Amino acid sequence: MSSPDSAVLAATVPASGRPRLAPHVRLTFDRARDRHVLLRPECVVVLNRTGADILGLCDGRRTVAGIVEDLRKRYDRVAEADVQRFLSGLVDRRCVRIDPEPAPDRDTEAVDG
Amino acid sequence: MDRPFGLLAELTYRCPLACPYCSNPIDLAGYRDELTTAEWLRVLEEARELGVLQCHLSGGEPLLRRDLVELVRRATELGLYTNLVTSAVGLSRRRAEELRAAGLDHVQISIQAEDPAVSDRIAGTPSYARKIEAARVVKELDWPLTVNVVLHRQNIDGLADIVGLAEELRADRVELANTQYYGWAWRNRAALLPTRDQLERAEKVVREASRRLAGRMDVVYVLPDYYEQYPKPCMGGWGARQLTVAPNGDALPCPAAQTLPLPRASVREESLVRIWTDSPLFRRFRGTDWMPDPCRSCDRREVDFGGCRCQAFQLTGDAARTDPVCHLSPDHGIVVEAVRAANEEERPDTLVPRPHRAGSS
Repeated sequence: MSSPDSAVLAATVPASGRPRLAPHVRLTFDRARDRHVLLRPECVVVLNRTGADILGLCDGRRTVAGIVEDLRKRYDRVAEADVQRFLSGLVDRRCVRIDPEPAPDRDTEAVDG
Repeated sequence: MDRPFGLLAELTYRCPLACPYCSNPIDLAGYRDELTTAEWLRVLEEARELGVLQCHLSGGEPLLRRDLVELVRRATELGLYTNLVTSAVGLSRRRAEELRAAGLDHVQISIQAEDPAVSDRIAGTPSYARKIEAARVVKELDWPLTVNVVLHRQNIDGLADIVGLAEELRADRVELANTQYYGWAWRNRAALLPTRDQLERAEKVVREASRRLAGRMDVVYVLPDYYEQYPKPCMGGWGARQLTVAPNGDALPCPAAQTLPLPRASVREESLVRIWTDSPLFRRFRGTDWMPDPCRSCDRREVDFGGCRCQAFQLTGDAARTDPVCHLSPDHGIVVEAVRAANEEERPDTLVPRPHRAGSS
């Protein structure tokens, strides 16, 4: 897990990045499996509870560091590198996008869209 | 037992196109008595109950169903991610807006070739201009768009232009899938199977396009499995992740499975849940117990699941054999011979079009 590859991957999601779901990706709860899932045209990602909690915080405003801080209120031990690794896996699967700092002015965008 | 993720809802086999690589059944006579709206609504509900999360509305041409908007609306209410797989013939702006309002999540439009004349010739009907127009409407409505092009000997050399067209249409994905030899495509195999040189050129184009378009457009390329070393993991395993419901209500573990000499399972007679769980059809090749050697002892048995049962049947007459595409299959010589012929022999230029329209009313 701590291979050079995963370090490179995790580096694509900096602590200052602001993750959000990629356009047209839906986060939903599947009662049949009792799990949260991510839906895209050609793929379904079944999430565990921690994964669902992380994605629930990916609103394009919070930074990865901010998300980790929030998670620490709910969980005893949260390693920032684990969160980065999880998100970078979803970036590779085109489910998550990372906005760099500074945060875009989302309020304006929300009015337009 | 696993729960399925995807339902391929083949709403009708009627189609305005006559593509010579059509994978729908050869004999369509048994599919004219289509499920009613009420029956499809029940199928969608039962699919969701079973755990299905994605619903691919396909055919034939699904737009020929007048109840399409209603089916999409119900699928959306149930929480299904809906994908329309269409020729785009009949996707007027008004119809598109209705589908958008009903909650349709994604649109996949087929194009037969980059060149309008070639595209129309392969489709068997003037359709290129309408497809382009519909693709533009899809993007204007801010839908995610996949452009799908079935590749073969007669259009694969235009791959770079096909990618360029998808880019110009602002597609989010372009799916470049070589023909699979089922149904009508099987009849035209000699005229469709590309040469090794063609595939090498195509792969170069795909590599360059993927690099250039990274982050903007997904480029998905599927090699003809005849040229692969290992078979495709058909449907992610038999009765494991996907199921198909044909226009007449037959439930199938693989869209080509109606060709197999197995007992039928129909949503007109049983619930989808029961079919998935208990039917002899869905249990026949589930898991790995059915496998012969070399699959049985192979490390890849849970990777490719022995390949495609329908292809094994088509090529060997026995659906329980290893897919002959696998280089370890005792029947691999059949595939080797087809590939040899594609590379060394004169091949017919003429494609036999699928006479869809004659049988469509």
